[in-house]
Amino acid sequence: MKTKNIIIFSFISTFFLIFLISIWKILATLQGLSINSLNIEILFIFGFLFSLAHLGIGDKIKLFYKSIIFSSIFVFCDGYLIQKLPVWYNVGVFLIIYFFTNKISKYSFTGLKEEHSTQVILFDFLTLFGILFFSFVILFPFYMMLVTSFKTQIALLVNPLDFSINFGQDIKDLFKSYFVIFKSYKFGKYIVTSTIVSVGTVIITLLFAIPAAYAVARLNFFGKTFLSTSILIIYMFPAIVLVIPLYTIFSQLGLRNSIEGLLIVYTATTLPVAIYMLQGYFKSIPKELEEAAILDKLSWFGIITKIIIPLSIPAISSVALYVFMIAWNEFLFSLMFLDNPNSFTLSRAIQYLSGDAETPRQYLMAGSVVVTLPVLFIFVYFEKYLVSGLTAGSVKG
Amino acid sequence: MNDTLANTEKKTAYILTLPAVLLVFSIILFPIFANIWISFKEVELKDIRIPEPRAKKIIKSISDDPSKIKILYKLRNSSLIQEIRDVSFKDNFPKNFKIENLDPRCSYEKYNLKCEFGNWPAKYRENFQVIFATNDGSKIDKKNLKLIKPKLDGKSDNILLNTNFTLKNFKKVLFENEFVDLLLTTFYYTFFGTVGSIVFGILTAQMVNQKFYGRTFMRSVLLFPYVAPVVALAYTWELLLDPNSGTLNSLLLNYQIIETPINLLGQKYIEISILGFDFKLRLALTTVIMFEIWRYFPLAFLFILARLQAIPKELYEAADVDGASPFQKFFNITLPQITAVISILFMIRFIWNFNKFEDVFLLTGGASGTRTLPINVYQQGFAISDIGMGSAVSMVIVVLLLMFMFFYFKLLGKRVDEN
Repeated sequence: MKTKNIIIFSFISTFFLIFLISIWKILATLQGLSINSLNIEILFIFGFLFSLAHLGIGDKIKLFYKSIIFSSIFVFCDGYLIQKLPVWYNVGVFLIIYFFTNKISKYSFTGLKEEHSTQVILFDFLTLFGILFFSFVILFPFYMMLVTSFKTQIALLVNPLDFSINFGQDIKDLFKSYFVIFKSYKFGKYIVTSTIVSVGTVIITLLFAIPAAYAVARLNFFGKTFLSTSILIIYMFPAIVLVIPLYTIFSQLGLRNSIEGLLIVYTATTLPVAIYMLQGYFKSIPKELEEAAILDKLSWFGIITKIIIPLSIPAISSVALYVFMIAWNEFLFSLMFLDNPNSFTLSRAIQYLSGDAETPRQYLMAGSVVVTLPVLFIFVYFEKYLVSGLTAGSVKG
Repeated sequence: MNDTLANTEKKTAYILTLPAVLLVFSIILFPIFANIWISFKEVELKDIRIPEPRAKKIIKSISDDPSKIKILYKLRNSSLIQEIRDVSFKDNFPKNFKIENLDPRCSYEKYNLKCEFGNWPAKYRENFQVIFATNDGSKIDKKNLKLIKPKLDGKSDNILLNTNFTLKNFKKVLFENEFVDLLLTTFYYTFFGTVGSIVFGILTAQMVNQKFYGRTFMRSVLLFPYVAPVVALAYTWELLLDPNSGTLNSLLLNYQIIETPINLLGQKYIEISILGFDFKLRLALTTVIMFEIWRYFPLAFLFILARLQAIPKELYEAADVDGASPFQKFFNITLPQITAVISILFMIRFIWNFNKFEDVFLLTGGASGTRTLPINVYQQGFAISDIGMGSAVSMVIVVLLLMFMFFYFKLLGKRVDEN
């Protein structure tokens, strides 16, 4: 039983170590280091030996010294004997092994005898593994997007794995792709269009949704239940079904290639969820406040502007941010309705750019960074509001 | 007294909801009915442009006489396929103008030239010419004359409004469009995308529900793929996976894991042999599903995490006292608590994945075995320009969705009854 647990523990921790070092090696390769093998076999042997040695040594040596010893041995073999690699790479490896030894330090011979110990180990390492794995898998494309936008076509042809950024060069050369897309491809104009469309959608949606949500939340009228249930059903209706009829109607009305056309469609598609989210919040506001207002002979307009809106700023902000995000990211309708480059939104402009096979990829990535940054910035800055918006409105997808 | 109060309340409610209801009805509900209408018609992209009578005004001076002028109108029917009936024409002239030659179809009254041109067949063209002179022999200002635009009017059939219906589109959808293949691809894409994103959602939610350093940061990072614009993400993936210069292939080649680059987005099948069994994997479709999972598992994560945080801690404490293992805790406490959320998520994600257009369109454009129903709507409607066909395909989507919803709620209803 005990030996089995020791072996399982060693295996799991070894795989964890292999994973850690491999990610570091991949990142180092992408900085232009010529690492031609991950050396999984050697990593495996080291990982296994370290795990066993850790159990064997136990508390006889202080954790700090133990970590230093392990790290030094590994760095000496990996970064000096097998292949001579630069200092920054070895410092990274050193820190990883240090981190690894600290992580396995809580397991000992006695601990492995306990009931469920292997499952506990598996769970612990899966969590650790998961955190690193998902961070890597998610952030890697974003990282590549950013890094590629600073490279040049020739540099990437010479070495497709060298994504190191030369900060020594002139600012103009470093941000060349950005200068080009703003100068030659009119990205400044597209940013303005996208902003107008998104902010416009937010304002119009709120103007329409707040009164409607108030009515659904507070007033009694014929067709109220029908209205509130149909809101969500309408919301589930796919955009792809609306595209052809809207295209024909908008063509005949001359609304294609116009900001107004986009505003109308975006508002209509976000209205149901905005009403749904707002009415839920309005219901939670105590009724007594309004009853007092009615006694003061305040009209419904007064009630909404003087009582409801000031009290529901958090809900309104999360609806506003959510709607902004949908409108900013929207692609299908902008693809269908816009074919004149003068009225493009950012998303449509990037798609148009990619349609030309000659477009260097760093321009495409610079454009992608430009369209992504505002959304990520808003998301990180207003995360609290946006997350509640996402959860409530997440039927949209 | 009470009655009037209720009435004003009703009135207010209608006033407050009317703008929103009207907008949603005209942009969402009306098009859905329009879609049914169009799907029974033979309409092509070029048919939906309304035919217009057009005139180009060209002003020519007559040699030696500055007080006379020749005006040439190049008249034409903008449509190549439809006729325009009862075309009327009107143009204004300055007050000192008199007409020299009057066409029998026209009249000149109060400095207005009015003409009735009758019917114009498709592709109709005519050069129509009038000569004017000034009353007082003064010089004519050509520029001013050019600024006045003639007005034309005419009646034409709107192909969308006539009542010629046909079942041809649906016949074509079902029998000439590789319908089974289309349906299977859509089903694979939807099903595996949904299941995958839910599985990853459970894993990540379970992970973030533990306490560790940087947990709030991790929660934001996990949502990045969901909040960032599709266009940017799809093109980044495309560059990463590119067979010639993509980072992934370069890395695998560099580490000698593969010998020749794999075209992950452009290759329909890949042969894999596991334990002596050879089978074909739909490679491009799998890649597209991976992207789908990567982009949408954050939503499942968010839902499930919210549910996990609401599970009472006492349940786990009691399990600890009983000596339950972590896996037992997960399968016997956590999983039953989140089944309701998972079943809602499954429905929502299934419906939305079924209708997903952008992701596949941007990654492969529907090539190499990734043609799903929504992609087909676009291809039929805009690439082949057969609007009627596109509508018919989207009607198929609606019908399938309604069927899915029906079965889903029936099953769910049964389960509720059993409990």
